[in-house]
Amino acid sequence: MGNCSNEHRGTSFSASAASLSNPLICSSINTFFFLDKYIFSQVIQDQLNKKVLDSLAEFIKKHGLGCSSDNWRQRAREIPTAALMLGVNVPDHAMTFRSLCNLLQDSVTPFVVSVHAKECAGTFERDPVLVINLTLVCQATLTIRIIGLLQKCTQVFPQRTESLTNSDLPQSLPVVVIFKDFEAFNSQVLQDFILICSRYTQELPFIFIFGIATSPSAIQHRLPHSVSSLLCIEVFHSLSCTQHLASVFDKLILNSQFPFKLSSRVIQVLVGIFLYHDFSVQNFVKGLQFSMLEHFKSQPLSMLCCQKQEALLSAKTLSKKNVERIRHLPSFMRYVETQEPQEQVQLLTNDEHVKEVCQQLLKNLHKYHKNYYPILQCLHSLTSSLPKFPLGKHIRELHVSCIEKNLWETEEYDSALQLLRILAKDELVAALRKCAEILKSTKILQNVLQQLEDFIGRLEALEGKSETTLLEKESRRTKRMNPYEVLRSQVIEFIDSLVREYLTPAELQPLNEVCYYSSSGVLRQRLNVTPRTSIQAALSHPFYYFLKTDAGTISSAAPDLCIVYKLHLECGRLINLYDWLEAFVTVMSAAEDQDTNSEDARFIQAVSEMEFLGFIKSTKQKTDHVARLTWGGC
Amino acid sequence: MSHQKSFQYADLLSVLERVVDIMSAPDQYSYPSVFIYGHRATGKSHVVLSIMKDLELPHASVDCVECVSSGLLFHQVLSAFFGPDAAALLPRCPSLSDFVRLYKQMSSNSPATQTRYIILDRAERMRDMDFSLLPALLRLQELVNDNVTVILLSEIVWEKFRPNTGCFEPLLFHFPDYSKGKSLVQILSWDHHPSYTPELYASYINILLGVFFSVCRDLRELRHLAVLNFSKFCEPLEKGEAKESDIHKLWKNIEPHLQRAMQTVYLREVSSVQWEQQQMDEKEATTLRVLSAHAHIELPYYSKFLLIAAYLASFNPARTDRRFFLKSHGKIRKTNFLKKHEKTSNHLLGPKPFPLDRLMAIFYSVVDSRVAPTASVFSQISSLVTLQLLSQVGHDDQLDSPKYKCSVSLDFILAISRCVCVCVRLLDLLALSLVIQSQVVRQERSLFTAVSNLHLL
Repeated sequence: MGNCSNEHRGTSFSASAASLSNPLICSSINTFFFLDKYIFSQVIQDQLNKKVLDSLAEFIKKHGLGCSSDNWRQRAREIPTAALMLGVNVPDHAMTFRSLCNLLQDSVTPFVVSVHAKECAGTFERDPVLVINLTLVCQATLTIRIIGLLQKCTQVFPQRTESLTNSDLPQSLPVVVIFKDFEAFNSQVLQDFILICSRYTQELPFIFIFGIATSPSAIQHRLPHSVSSLLCIEVFHSLSCTQHLASVFDKLILNSQFPFKLSSRVIQVLVGIFLYHDFSVQNFVKGLQFSMLEHFKSQPLSMLCCQKQEALLSAKTLSKKNVERIRHLPSFMRYVETQEPQEQVQLLTNDEHVKEVCQQLLKNLHKYHKNYYPILQCLHSLTSSLPKFPLGKHIRELHVSCIEKNLWETEEYDSALQLLRILAKDELVAALRKCAEILKSTKILQNVLQQLEDFIGRLEALEGKSETTLLEKESRRTKRMNPYEVLRSQVIEFIDSLVREYLTPAELQPLNEVCYYSSSGVLRQRLNVTPRTSIQAALSHPFYYFLKTDAGTISSAAPDLCIVYKLHLECGRLINLYDWLEAFVTVMSAAEDQDTNSEDARFIQAVSEMEFLGFIKSTKQKTDHVARLTWGGC
Repeated sequence: MSHQKSFQYADLLSVLERVVDIMSAPDQYSYPSVFIYGHRATGKSHVVLSIMKDLELPHASVDCVECVSSGLLFHQVLSAFFGPDAAALLPRCPSLSDFVRLYKQMSSNSPATQTRYIILDRAERMRDMDFSLLPALLRLQELVNDNVTVILLSEIVWEKFRPNTGCFEPLLFHFPDYSKGKSLVQILSWDHHPSYTPELYASYINILLGVFFSVCRDLRELRHLAVLNFSKFCEPLEKGEAKESDIHKLWKNIEPHLQRAMQTVYLREVSSVQWEQQQMDEKEATTLRVLSAHAHIELPYYSKFLLIAAYLASFNPARTDRRFFLKSHGKIRKTNFLKKHEKTSNHLLGPKPFPLDRLMAIFYSVVDSRVAPTASVFSQISSLVTLQLLSQVGHDDQLDSPKYKCSVSLDFILAISRCVCVCVRLLDLLALSLVIQSQVVRQERSLFTAVSNLHLL
């Protein structure tokens, strides 16, 4: 992950720098595109589903190539079927299927067709040699035709089997049909399709893959026994979406190489959308990309949000305007307040000095991130095995609470330490070993690693000494701790000191605004949209959109629709059209010298717009009334 | 079934003899149409097709599932009798008269030296096709004036076919079910394993039938089971713990496995490979991991609540909503609180459709926190519909006030609310609505168990 290909970035940077006049904007744009590409590559190259995909390919190879050996199955006309359990996060499935298709086409067979329930009437032409034409006609009794076409001769329905057996086509290659969303298929169509395929499975080795979002029993719900007995089903489980999210989190958020950071609130919004609404990792990544876009757009200093060397370089060449912007950053102002008075004056007046200090602060920020993540992982590995997970089950929860506030001041942290203080020796040693492993792999914080290994050594050296139970009892009575307990409390204190030193909240770091995107409100407004609320807001406060001040009352200057809307809020379930018109005319006539002739027409148009927006509908109860469709009002 | 039980293998033979009898004089005109019916896997198509093959009779075999239109049927028949060139002469959307005309034309060029047979498998599908097709095919011999016989194969009796305008009555044959005593054992013993003696396999089949015959008579299913479990049966032989003659020991070894396999008859949830793996792993895992063992479905948080709300809306009368979901509901007189038709349990009547507004109202009152009516909440409803957990009633294009039904079971909802419910209130709601219903129908035991489950929580 570390090889962020600096050379490549350098070239692309200079190339586009020539084309864009403003070097600063261009630098942020470049960084943005680079990071965006990085996110994309990380998510696409995801090896998470590799295991299940490989086992699927293995399954297809086994059945496709070795089906002649399995005599019995041939006779029973069973079609090998893989039921792929994907979970309910439907937006993510497309990626899995794409990689599955590619994998199968590369390694097993070129004849892979994937079918979507919605495109049932579509035609699929994937391969020049064999065109499998699946015409799934979604009508009550209509069925599916499979037409195998050879490269030279176009032979239609009844001859296809002969043509295949007579041709020089490698017989053993299976035909894989992927049903992307099994639940959405019309079950009658599916049944007929399976019946027909099973008739020809001797000549044309079919293999099905069902993409199932809910549970395997969906197969039994959709297919009767006479059909499902034609299938030889094997179940494959893909990774759950929470595991997928955790790996994306590890790669993109808990990674010091990735310069763009999210504040705790923003993470909470994104994770909230994931857990509460869709379970979709794709949408999570999109949210991350969006917040990056917002950050680079709204924060001019985001040009400093890149790799360390480049950040230092651009800090050296800060423009006067940007130096001023730095002075106005809240975190920088806090930093200035802590300095000596003389230094304060320097910082507030001398631009060059600010630039130098800024470089130092950026270095510190990078160092903070470098140390932060290993220690966070260590703490998580220590606390994730505790009962009831006082600091959260997932590392993301721990991360959120760490960057939000001082972790050591929370109750949860106290209770976690309490639990750590009563760990048995072997548990403690195992946990510390895990921490040592984490630190070893990162190759920083060597002194911490040394101390940890020292503790582990001392703990192991205790072996055998503290076995005398009688002594222990004695010590308990006198409230004296045995050597293990002494050592354990030392270890816990050491861990506590690490937490206090390295897991400080990000907001306290000077210049954190450069890297951290924190406007969670904007994100929520954009990603978790409420169409009805915004329509109502637009109708009741039109001046918000027209950038004028709102008078609060119903004024005739507002668009007709808004006036009609506000008037209808004062009515009950049924609205008398005439009264409504009268009120409308009154409002309109309050304005000076308006053209009064067109009011009827304007009113009728506004009412029909209201109907179109779904606020009212005509009713049969009373001819001159309309019914309100929204709640509230009188 | 009871009168069919008495059928013996000999009966099947007599049926076969009669079928062959019809085909014995190929140069004479045969009976115009034959209708053969019998349960699944009684060998209808197999018998007919092998007779055709053995006697080398000219025939066209068509599976009616494939025939989206009658044109495809005509096409297949013509190309089987007169070659693909003849079939190519059919117009784009051939009608029955086109077919008859072409057939006549072709058969005058090459008149039948022996009876031609058209075999229509899964003939019950013909009923959904053009209404004139079936009566016409039944007397095709007259229409084309050729020596042709139509054989219809079906699982349904002839009475269900007969069109109300009347038609030519075909010759009926019934293929009886296999009896346990002889025929099933014989048929199943045919595919014995090459490395063991046929006697051993026959005794294995006897054991298998002893366990499964009471629940399953489908030959195909029994065959599947036989193959699945045979390796387990042979295990002691391979280990050298028992000899082939040691039937009792082998029986003791296989019996518990067969009992376990009994739970999954007809489900076909595991392939043979996975079954073998499970048999190997079973020492570690006590319970069988099977498909139908209600695999827990992971749902997003609000989807769970939406589903619970949908369930409540489907199974509670709308009149009771005020009582259940408002904190300060008005007093309701106990005596005629429920109307007479509402006194049958809603669980016996099935889910009722409810409008979207009601679903959302219940949803907002069930969820603890305030939920904004965001677009993603609404999109979750439609994704629940695609997952078949809810089903939309009426047309898909109904934009304003669409109606839904909840199509999941009580167990499923209980499982969901168990993992969502930190709040006791929701459980109370579920319990309350159930109690009210179960007060009315006391004999419905499942509800009581459900309620007691709730109390256990």
